[in-house]
Amino acid sequence: MLKQIEGSRAVAEAIAMCRPEVVCAYPISPQTHIVEALGESVKSGELANCEFINVESEFAAMSVAIGASAAGARSYTATASQGLLFMVEAVYNASGLGLPIVMTVANRAIGAPINIWNDHSDSLSQRDSGWMQLFAETNQEALDLHIQAFRLAEELSLPVMVCMDGFILTHAYERVDMPTQQQVDAYLPPYEPRQVLDPRAPVSIGAMVGPEAFMEVRYLAHAKQMQALERIPQLAAEFKQVFGRDTGGLTHTYRAEDAETIVVAMGSVLGTIKDTIDEMRDDGHKIGVLGITSYRPFPLAQVRAALQNTKRVVVLEKSLAVGIGGILSTDVRMALSGIQLHGYTVVAGLGGRAITRKSLHKLFREAEQDALQPLTFLDLDWNVVNKQLARERAGRRSGPAAENMLRDIGTVASKIA
Amino acid sequence: MDKPFAITLDPGSSLANHTGSWRTERPLYVDRMPPCNAACPSGENIQSWLFHAESGEYERAWRVLIENNPFPAIMGRVCYHPCEGACNRGQMDSSVGINSVERFLGDEAIKRGWKFDKPATLSGKRVLVVGAGPSGLSAAYHLARLGHIVEIHEAGPLSGGMMRFGIPKYRLPRDVLDAEVARILDLGVTLRLNTKVANIEQSIKQGGFDAAFLAVGAHIGKRAFIPAGDAARIVDAVSVLRSMEGEDKPMLGRRVVVYGGGNTAIDVARTAKRMGATEAIIVYRRTREKMPAHDFEVEEALQEGVLIKWLSTIKHADAHSLTVEKMVLDNKGVPQPTGEFETMEADSLVLALGQDVDLSLLQGVPGIEIKDGTVQVGSNMMTGHKGVFAGGDMVPSERTVTVGVGHGKKAARHIDAWLRGAAYEPAAKHELADFKMLHTWYYADAPKTVRPMLDMIRRQTSFDEVQGGLDETNALFEARRCLSCGNCFECDNCYGVCPDNAVIKLGAGKRFKFNYDYCKGCGMCVAECPCGAIKMVPEEI
Amino acid sequence: MPFQPIKFYQTGTFTVGNRLLNPDDRSVQSHQDRINSINSGHRACQGCGEALGARYALDAAMEATGSQLIAANATGCLEVFTTPYPETSWQIPWMHSLFGNAAAVATGIAAAMKVKGRSDVRVIAQGGDGGTTDIGFGCLSGMFERNDDVLYICYDNEAYMNTGVQRSSATPAAARTATTMPVGPNPGNVFGQGKFVPAIAMAHEIPYVATATVADLRDLEAKVKRAMEFRGARYIHILVPCPLGWGSASHDTIRIARLAHETGMFPVFEAEYGVQVSALPIREQLPVEEYLKPQKRFAHLFGAKPKLDMIAKIQERADRNIRKYGQAPQQEVV
Repeated sequence: MLKQIEGSRAVAEAIAMCRPEVVCAYPISPQTHIVEALGESVKSGELANCEFINVESEFAAMSVAIGASAAGARSYTATASQGLLFMVEAVYNASGLGLPIVMTVANRAIGAPINIWNDHSDSLSQRDSGWMQLFAETNQEALDLHIQAFRLAEELSLPVMVCMDGFILTHAYERVDMPTQQQVDAYLPPYEPRQVLDPRAPVSIGAMVGPEAFMEVRYLAHAKQMQALERIPQLAAEFKQVFGRDTGGLTHTYRAEDAETIVVAMGSVLGTIKDTIDEMRDDGHKIGVLGITSYRPFPLAQVRAALQNTKRVVVLEKSLAVGIGGILSTDVRMALSGIQLHGYTVVAGLGGRAITRKSLHKLFREAEQDALQPLTFLDLDWNVVNKQLARERAGRRSGPAAENMLRDIGTVASKIA
Repeated sequence: MDKPFAITLDPGSSLANHTGSWRTERPLYVDRMPPCNAACPSGENIQSWLFHAESGEYERAWRVLIENNPFPAIMGRVCYHPCEGACNRGQMDSSVGINSVERFLGDEAIKRGWKFDKPATLSGKRVLVVGAGPSGLSAAYHLARLGHIVEIHEAGPLSGGMMRFGIPKYRLPRDVLDAEVARILDLGVTLRLNTKVANIEQSIKQGGFDAAFLAVGAHIGKRAFIPAGDAARIVDAVSVLRSMEGEDKPMLGRRVVVYGGGNTAIDVARTAKRMGATEAIIVYRRTREKMPAHDFEVEEALQEGVLIKWLSTIKHADAHSLTVEKMVLDNKGVPQPTGEFETMEADSLVLALGQDVDLSLLQGVPGIEIKDGTVQVGSNMMTGHKGVFAGGDMVPSERTVTVGVGHGKKAARHIDAWLRGAAYEPAAKHELADFKMLHTWYYADAPKTVRPMLDMIRRQTSFDEVQGGLDETNALFEARRCLSCGNCFECDNCYGVCPDNAVIKLGAGKRFKFNYDYCKGCGMCVAECPCGAIKMVPEEI
Repeated sequence: MPFQPIKFYQTGTFTVGNRLLNPDDRSVQSHQDRINSINSGHRACQGCGEALGARYALDAAMEATGSQLIAANATGCLEVFTTPYPETSWQIPWMHSLFGNAAAVATGIAAAMKVKGRSDVRVIAQGGDGGTTDIGFGCLSGMFERNDDVLYICYDNEAYMNTGVQRSSATPAAARTATTMPVGPNPGNVFGQGKFVPAIAMAHEIPYVATATVADLRDLEAKVKRAMEFRGARYIHILVPCPLGWGSASHDTIRIARLAHETGMFPVFEAEYGVQVSALPIREQLPVEEYLKPQKRFAHLFGAKPKLDMIAKIQERADRNIRKYGQAPQQEVV
């Protein structure tokens, strides 16, 4: 059924159809609308047999989900940015214990400076946490991926983050094809836990494991994600059978067959990139796109296969590993090990900075001419940066950088002075 | 269930880890000697029979008691209960009323007709017991239970000895005495009354006895030389008490003076009071603190109106008066004459200055050693004459019924061994369960049950028993005040306080054992054992 | 023999068991077939108060719930000494997640039980004082405030023992820990700091709050059973001496817990819906020195020159506890 609906609400409806049994809610923008909608469904009775718990922090949200999942309940929560960082200890714990929790991360920048807008710094900071991470390009994909995520998580007994760009997707009203409850029920069987706290068969979960077995436990977590590399495409295929849509999988290519330049990206920015590429293709440029849906596990083989015959790769990512550059691009380069080609890392859209088609046109053309720096910051205001660097060179007490730069730009904050 | 590797574990699997290897000291269950048992002249296992009484198992308690003493009903009335004096509970609130529980058990046994078990096998040996007093009857009882044929020769017309002829009825009703003696005779013991043994060697020979136990007592009242006029009426206490049993009650008059400071003096004074004397006055040469009589008896006598004249000696006796000299204690506590005299009215003077033994039956018997009027015996109660044992008041010791009963038991065990050509080796005594070994926090404070007393008037005018017995509620109460010093009473503390579950509870009556596979040797069980029945010992390497 | 109602003067109900009582009236710990929620073979130190307290509490809870119980455990000694791979001492369904989230994990378990229609299964969260009064305090308060159906038990040994005896917000004044050494002008833990979580729990007006010590098993068991009569958030704070951290003899664990109560150092009471409803009377109040002296963590108070002013301040605090919680010695009813 087609529906014009806000992304968060669409996701909430899809999650409700997955029949979660425990939902933990703690407000943080931009995921708040999802749990609000779920809370309403539970309260109204529309989502029956579900405990909606208003916790006191994200740390508690994940902890409650851990307890609920270990006790055999399908558990869900959502967070973003600082919230994800606040729960990090529990994030690692959930995966370490192999608990199939599904969590939406409405991707948002991490402060300081505090910033509520979109980039991928938050979930990418958790790339080694043992969670699987699936990135949605559209609201349709976001809601579909949640349905797949529960199935994937529970089959492998590993938690899954579904990452969707904050505001860009969460707050966007778009038309989506809303599945029916029958379809979801047909696709997603009830949760059958691999281990469960039950007085009828007591176990101790969460033992202290020493050097004699810790490596093996970690390896097994890795092996499971390797299994996921096989299961994710299968689950996407099964999804298509039930819902009739191509959603999910590990990667997607777009107009990349004969491309000499391939742009690699994740999330909603793929839409803008595809539009730009369509225009460039019309102008005869041999350029295509590789969209990565499964960031963890990272599909090294699929990425290599998609890129091995191209001349250059531009990884455009909404994240920055301070001190080295790209995060996604590191993984892409690993996939291309031993292959000679031009590779560029483009850091773009941090803290919600708009990524425009105009900027992308310019960027991709420079790339085709191999005129890009290996590490490029898209639309960086060098004027502001250089002024601040100069101030800092001039004296130790140069003042707070963010305030200084706002003053340079002449935005609201400068009026304070 | 397919459990995730390492992080999820099967329940209780830590049993594989034997933490007992950490231990440097190990706890051990012990049985220590409770002070009551240690103090009992009859060697009763008091803590043990109280243990059974605590749960209302009175017959079992009684059966444990009579292993050592066949007279609980009598003991419960006449024993001066040194056990209570030693009782550790006395240091907390007041001693357990052991004596009254004993009496309750004895009375229950009589009421319910409990009988002694007959011996399983008979030895065919014959033992002569001379004297049917507490010591002789006790020996006869134990010998009979050990399977020997016992014959008692008693010179007097009735059994009981001093229990009948020395202890007033108001302290020991005769039906109680008769019942407990009859139960011994029921075992098959032969009692020949009015059968005086003139010569022990002869009697043994004539009767074909394999051994003999002499317990003729000390019945001859000591006479002190008191210058007296012809009309003065001077009698001895033993005669007075003995004549109370016959038809001819002694004529003591309205004012009776008793000379002496022991329990017998008190008994006589109280008896005189009951016989109608308007005044019964005890004259004693020292002070109350120095008086050998038991304080509670002195107190009861005073309450009944007996008067006591301290620091006085009798110098002369006349028909209706006595001359008394006042004394003072010197700095060594010895009374010294002052030369101050006074006269007091008295219709009769009763001398309660102790008793002598009639040793005529031993005359000419080889090997017998007599010293200070008593027969000398070895640690096995045997005299210098082989096969002839002796006990009770005729041997050197404290002269009480309980001591006599103890002698009887001890002698019986040695005679039994001797008859088998062996020597009796008593079990090694356990270490004393000192008050310091107890963890008294666990015991609740409680007042001692005050025995119901007959009212004063009734006591003074009749020979009914002075002390009422406990009823079942009281007896249970009293028994349960026992601290069970040094002996496990299954309070479960060790079982509960072990942080390593290393104490195994074996079930009711079976106590506990340590599981040394897991005991880490922390010693908490020892520290928290209320009764001091566990100790730590170094672990052997 | 006809039944006679008897008051047991021998040991009353102070000992673990009493063979003279009806089996139903005996303590859980006295049962020959008791559950032993924590099995032998755990690696707690000799004389560990926490191992004891946890078995006391959980066995009582198991009995109260007909063995329908799940426990969540904070990181700490109790967790480490019971579940080192490949062995666990727990005989009940048990889970350890993190140091600071036991209350929240328990909330999740309780929610799962509710949604699964298994509300007969009850949930306990447990942790040491660090996991409760410090790092886990946020989750604890959240669980209280939502009135989640969880009994939280804090085993308070008054410092971070698992990491080597560092100060927590439950460490008493003057106590030596590795981070409050007995040096300088104010040796040991400072006066005027710390928090008493039972009082804070009461401020949440949750159905039930109680304190107990391992010295009075009957009291402890009664409180756990009472707690299980309520639905909603409940809190029991149990003082569990730590021979290692307190510098006391391993056999003195119970004695010291008893002294903590009898000196007034640790108030023992219970409260319902934020209002105190009972106090465990002190049989005979003892001076605080009796409690302090057997513990090396207070040894600096009793050197050649005893710190009388500090002892007096501790005594003042104990007296205030006794007044505040109404534990003054009572005439024992005979």
